[in-house]
Amino acid sequence: MTNSTALLSLLIWVPILGGVGVLLAGDSRSAVARWLALLVAAVAFLLSISLYQGFDSSSAAMQFQEYGNWIETFNIHYHLGVDGFSVPLIMLTTFFGVLVVIAGWESIQKKVYQYMAAFLIMEGLMVGVFCALDAMLFYVFFEAMLIPMFLVIGMWGGPRRVYATIKFFLYTFLGSVFMLIGLIYLYLQAGTWEIQAWYALPLGLAAQKWLFLGFLAAFAVKVPMWPVHTWLPDAHVEAPTGGSVILAAIMLKIGGYGFIRFSLPIAPDASASLDWLVITLSLIAVVYIGFVALAQQDMKKLIAYSSISHMGFVTLGLFIAFGIFRNTGGTAGAAMGVEGAMVQMISHGFISGALFLCVGVLYDRVHSRMIKDYGGVANTMPWFAFFAVLFLMANSGLPGTSGFVGEFMVILASFKANFWFAFCAGLTLILGAAYSLWLVKRVIFGDVANRNVQKLDDINAREALVLGALAVAVLLVGLWPQPLVELMHASVAQLLDHIIQSKV
Amino acid sequence: MNVSEFLVAAPEFWILVMACVVLCTDLFLRPERRGIIHMLSILALLFAAIITLRGDYHGDGVWAVTAFNDTFIRDPMADVLKLFSYATLVLVLTYSKHYLRCFGLFRSDFYTLTLFALLGVMLLISANSLITVYLGLELVSLSSYALVAFNRDSSRGSESAMKYFVLGSMASGLLLYGMSMIYGATGSLELHAISEAVRAAGREDVLLVFGLVFLVAGIAFKLGVAPFHMWIPDVYHGAPAAVTLFISTVPKLAAFAMAFRLLHGAVGALHADWQQMLVFLAVLSMLIGNFAAIMQSNIKRMLAYSTISHMGFVLLGLLPGTPEGFGAAMYYVIVYALMSAAGFGMLILLSGHGEEAERLDDFKGLNQRNAWYAAVMAMVMASMAGFPPFVGFFAKWLVIKAAIDAGLVWLAILAVVFSVVGAYYYLRVIKLIYFDEPERETPIRVPVDFGAAISLNGILMLGLGIFSGSLIAICISSFRF
Repeated sequence: MTNSTALLSLLIWVPILGGVGVLLAGDSRSAVARWLALLVAAVAFLLSISLYQGFDSSSAAMQFQEYGNWIETFNIHYHLGVDGFSVPLIMLTTFFGVLVVIAGWESIQKKVYQYMAAFLIMEGLMVGVFCALDAMLFYVFFEAMLIPMFLVIGMWGGPRRVYATIKFFLYTFLGSVFMLIGLIYLYLQAGTWEIQAWYALPLGLAAQKWLFLGFLAAFAVKVPMWPVHTWLPDAHVEAPTGGSVILAAIMLKIGGYGFIRFSLPIAPDASASLDWLVITLSLIAVVYIGFVALAQQDMKKLIAYSSISHMGFVTLGLFIAFGIFRNTGGTAGAAMGVEGAMVQMISHGFISGALFLCVGVLYDRVHSRMIKDYGGVANTMPWFAFFAVLFLMANSGLPGTSGFVGEFMVILASFKANFWFAFCAGLTLILGAAYSLWLVKRVIFGDVANRNVQKLDDINAREALVLGALAVAVLLVGLWPQPLVELMHASVAQLLDHIIQSKV
Repeated sequence: MNVSEFLVAAPEFWILVMACVVLCTDLFLRPERRGIIHMLSILALLFAAIITLRGDYHGDGVWAVTAFNDTFIRDPMADVLKLFSYATLVLVLTYSKHYLRCFGLFRSDFYTLTLFALLGVMLLISANSLITVYLGLELVSLSSYALVAFNRDSSRGSESAMKYFVLGSMASGLLLYGMSMIYGATGSLELHAISEAVRAAGREDVLLVFGLVFLVAGIAFKLGVAPFHMWIPDVYHGAPAAVTLFISTVPKLAAFAMAFRLLHGAVGALHADWQQMLVFLAVLSMLIGNFAAIMQSNIKRMLAYSTISHMGFVLLGLLPGTPEGFGAAMYYVIVYALMSAAGFGMLILLSGHGEEAERLDDFKGLNQRNAWYAAVMAMVMASMAGFPPFVGFFAKWLVIKAAIDAGLVWLAILAVVFSVVGAYYYLRVIKLIYFDEPERETPIRVPVDFGAAISLNGILMLGLGIFSGSLIAICISSFRF
């Protein structure tokens, strides 16, 4: 289906060129930069809504395709298209694109134009990652978005920002160069960079395993999976609020998306034979990192570890499919696992983004992220307390919120693979509730702890708008997940068809 | 010999004439009007570009033409490399003018010497016999030695010129020795004839393989790959920044051409032998270049070690010995010349007040002094590190693909790991620019042409990356065999 309006190109290039436009506003005209950034982000969000409306969820085919020459010598094309996996993630990206601009409205005072431009450019690049159907194009977007993030953490971050941002960059860069070798190998085998053509490419098991490990290096760092997660707490703690939000809400999802787009369909046999590895690492993330989160003193660190733990569900949901094939011989239960993983990604995007914004609200006022500096915030900031408790409840998987849906689907699916997988995964409901609710108790409730808390003002209209929008999203997905699930239904079925067939 | 042979070498003759014109014009100019020399040189280069482009020698499907008893060859690769030599030299001269003025070195000898060096570069690019190779090489080298000592009052400059001269002569000696062995084994100086003879003799001829070792050593010295890299950091550091700018850009194009002409054109049949040697040199260069660069606090030395590692990457492209491989290496070396020009151009931009900006700390807080030049430097560093979408990424990608083509996947993996190591010290420069506070607040003032050239050079880092298709196509299609 070719679309004459080039909607996907607009979704990529409007934010990027808009970001360049914001750069032209210059340091002296911060107000212009802010309003222009908001305008660009809003336009991008509206474009993504029309993408949603035009998307035919009954078809698993790539839609809104665009095809152009890029590097003809090596058969590399500017090929874009979306399916049921990309559309929700693109909408998540543009939604947060608007929110981070609003969230940084007042708290960023230094080099406003560069801050806004970095986020807009990053937004365009991330949308590009979700649209690219040419592996080279994907890689370029995948790597390019590191640079604005590197600058965001390093320029507007906390005291240890330089260490954190260089660690973040080198970690993810090291992971992705192995993927690059895998991509070049695939090109030399297939003679094309079309990702979808690679799905049908016959590959031996040994080659598949090497490719799988190459992809794993790139995406496991991104997700991040235990034990390559150590960059994440540092990056989150040091990043400015907007940086943390984008990092948690979108960038981590690119890891999960990569598994869906590359690892599973291109190397299905290797995925099947190495699924124990990914499942083990996921369960370690879910359980062990859950305990680690319990021990944190710093609110941002706590949420960062909770992110790693929740992202464990995504990788678990994707890879239990093979166990279900082996046990039942069909794809019925596996579909629930994959869909659960996708719902979990979207839901975690909302919740973790919201939680980082909540911490940002407190940090802007008190300039501390330590739990011990707070207590009884509900007394002085009732509205804030309302939102924070809602998001923390969602984080612990309360039914009726989006956090419940994804986790529940994944746990249910894992029963069909192995009882103990489900058991370990189920522990998160206890652990998640423990660290989330304990945080509520220590920060929100209780007596007013000190004079700083006494002096707190409740959230203003701007902050209420941001948190309110997220609260609506969290409840909507929690109470009525059907539209979201239906969006990806056909694509999930097609993915499972691909991975159930051996390519050897 | 007839007129048409002269037409084949028209760009070379034009540059020769113009170098002499520049030399003589200076005699009649008052010192304050030396800007004319600069304009004359730029015009000479522009006109040379026109001559090269108009040289319609392969109108009827002829791939290459030779002249002067087959000592001189003109093929698409030669034309492309020459055009980029002119373009790079225009950038170099524009940046240098500002530097030379700032440091009281604005003399016309600089222009004469760079033009003669360019003539050597062009001869080397078009060499089709061992004699022409040596002629071109010496012309580049001798001009470069003199340029390094251009600031006569600087003891460091003289010292590094001496070092360069001694080591360079030794390398030339090695190369000559290797050439004499090849001549002894094949009985010819013309590259194509050598190639035929080598193919007939096969790999068993010990004399040939010995000759090859010396050839590779000579090429390695000129490219500056480890373990023949010792001169690079000292020369880069000791020479005036304008000269470092020159020797790190244009002669590299020629060094690549020399590698292609000799390794493929003359001893292509010994591919398996020289491939092994190049693998060793490439690994060592990437290792030494990247790790040593991390430890530098002087940016000229840092860029010197970064050159060593870049040249290691260029060697990766030569490994498969296919047109695509050579095209990848050529693309890399062209991109490298543009990146290096911008990098040293930024050093010149920050120089002033009678001292060169050569400490890494001079880049501190550049974003607060001038956001645009900060962005230019950041783009150059990102490109050198090989981050997409900057052009350096595509260069790295092409040569890594060439290594995989040659069946050396382990080498490709090693190369990407080294490029991650290298990313660290490029990121450190970006960190200094954006995350640190400036040491001095003086605004940056440069002439208009300098500002325009460095801006263009910076935009090219991004533009050639996003629209990388055409340059890649030009490079790959410059080789056919």
